[in-house]
Amino acid sequence: MALNEHIVSSFEDELTALQSAISEMGGMVEQAIQDSVTVLLRLDHAQAQEVRAADKRIDEMQQRINDMAVSIIARRQPMAADLRMVVTSIQVANDLERTGDMAKQLAKRALQIESLGLAPKFYNGVKHMADLVSRQLKAALDAYAARNAQAAIEVCSRDDEVDAMHTSLFRELLTYMMEDPRNITQCTHLLFCTKSLERVGDHATNVAEAAYYLETGRHLGADEQVRQQA
Amino acid sequence: MTMTQMTAAAPAAARNMPPKMVGDKVSVFYGEKQALYDVDLSIESNQVTSLIGPSGCGKSTFLRSLNRMNDTIDSCRVTGLISLDGEDIYNPSIDVVELRARVGMVFQKPNPFPKSIYENVAYGPKIHGLAHSKADLDEIVVSSIRRAGLWDEVKDRLAEPGTGLSGGQQQRLCIARAIATQPEVLLMDEPCSALDPIATAVIEELIDELREKFTIVIVTHSMQQAARVSQKTAFFHLGKLIEEGKTEDIFTNPVNKKTQDYITGRIG
Repeated sequence: MALNEHIVSSFEDELTALQSAISEMGGMVEQAIQDSVTVLLRLDHAQAQEVRAADKRIDEMQQRINDMAVSIIARRQPMAADLRMVVTSIQVANDLERTGDMAKQLAKRALQIESLGLAPKFYNGVKHMADLVSRQLKAALDAYAARNAQAAIEVCSRDDEVDAMHTSLFRELLTYMMEDPRNITQCTHLLFCTKSLERVGDHATNVAEAAYYLETGRHLGADEQVRQQA
Repeated sequence: MTMTQMTAAAPAAARNMPPKMVGDKVSVFYGEKQALYDVDLSIESNQVTSLIGPSGCGKSTFLRSLNRMNDTIDSCRVTGLISLDGEDIYNPSIDVVELRARVGMVFQKPNPFPKSIYENVAYGPKIHGLAHSKADLDEIVVSSIRRAGLWDEVKDRLAEPGTGLSGGQQQRLCIARAIATQPEVLLMDEPCSALDPIATAVIEELIDELREKFTIVIVTHSMQQAARVSQKTAFFHLGKLIEEGKTEDIFTNPVNKKTQDYITGRIG
């Protein structure tokens, strides 16, 4: 449903500012995930510190978005699509904050692996998975910004790919461990990394679900059940 | 648990009772000018139905046609069917005075009679012959004032003029007066628009209690009030009923763009 402008322009401005804050936070988190994967692949100590610093900024951003949303609810009593916008912004900011935490954990993990040295065959799969969840996160944020319900559905249906990749990486890393017990330490670290990435995929799905709700006012899960019954 | 499950459904609706009042293709004309176009709207028993929409949208016209208040305007003509418990209220055999006793009304501005508090409430039951003795009448007056949540404030001054009360008290006195004739439906035309937030909250609390016994239809310009007090909301625009549905659906996810534009404060 295309929306006209509010009669009260300052309300319009506040909603626009909230939307921009979400986009900005989304950009920060996408960058953090990419940086943390770079840290992991290059074992770059300085960039790891940068990811940790970025996580602080992401946390502050979440706080700011929450404050904005609470202020709008208190002063404007938003309704209908506006209400859904404000409520989902709180949800999305929360998912993005958790995603930022995952980036931080990836970076921390990388610092622990650093001394061990990684053979490329170990982390190729992890890199692919990181690319996939980054695309998922970007697509989910785009669907949210554009209020595109169809794009949101597509993100959710692609989460199976993330899960499948997680399972196959688990098997692959297990194989390396069985081949040579000296691989166990590295591979275990990488297993935790894949778990973090799988979580990022889940948060991307949550963002996409929020996008679907924002646009349609219905819950994707419930609609999905209706479709399957029909 | 979803929002739908959380909100207690009205007992009447849960029992699948027929609607208390039904409007079927209701059109209202003031002379040549058509104010309402083919409105189909049912009023469920023991629910609060709120009518919202911009000024001149026809919501008050619809409200006033529910107890034939429009009859007082000479040029006014109503077509279509409005029924109360399945009975056509515009049928010539209907006694309008009796109809208005069954479908009472509370107005925007508190309008107590220039009489004592007691007389304000006693007037209706007296003219409708509802009280057979002074004791009967006392009983009706006291219980109506109690039910309107005004008793503690006026019990020692029943002989004082109703016009001496505060605005919020006057409005509750008018509600007491309206319910003293034991109506089945209570129509309220912006009952809180002249009241401060506290008096408004008291009236809203009262509306919620009254719906156990009465069916309530309220016209309000406050979207928040409609959202707070009603179970069903109908949105009118330019004389047409645009959308009606469960209040929570209308305010979280309206189907029609005009509804969305109106309730979110956008230019339609």
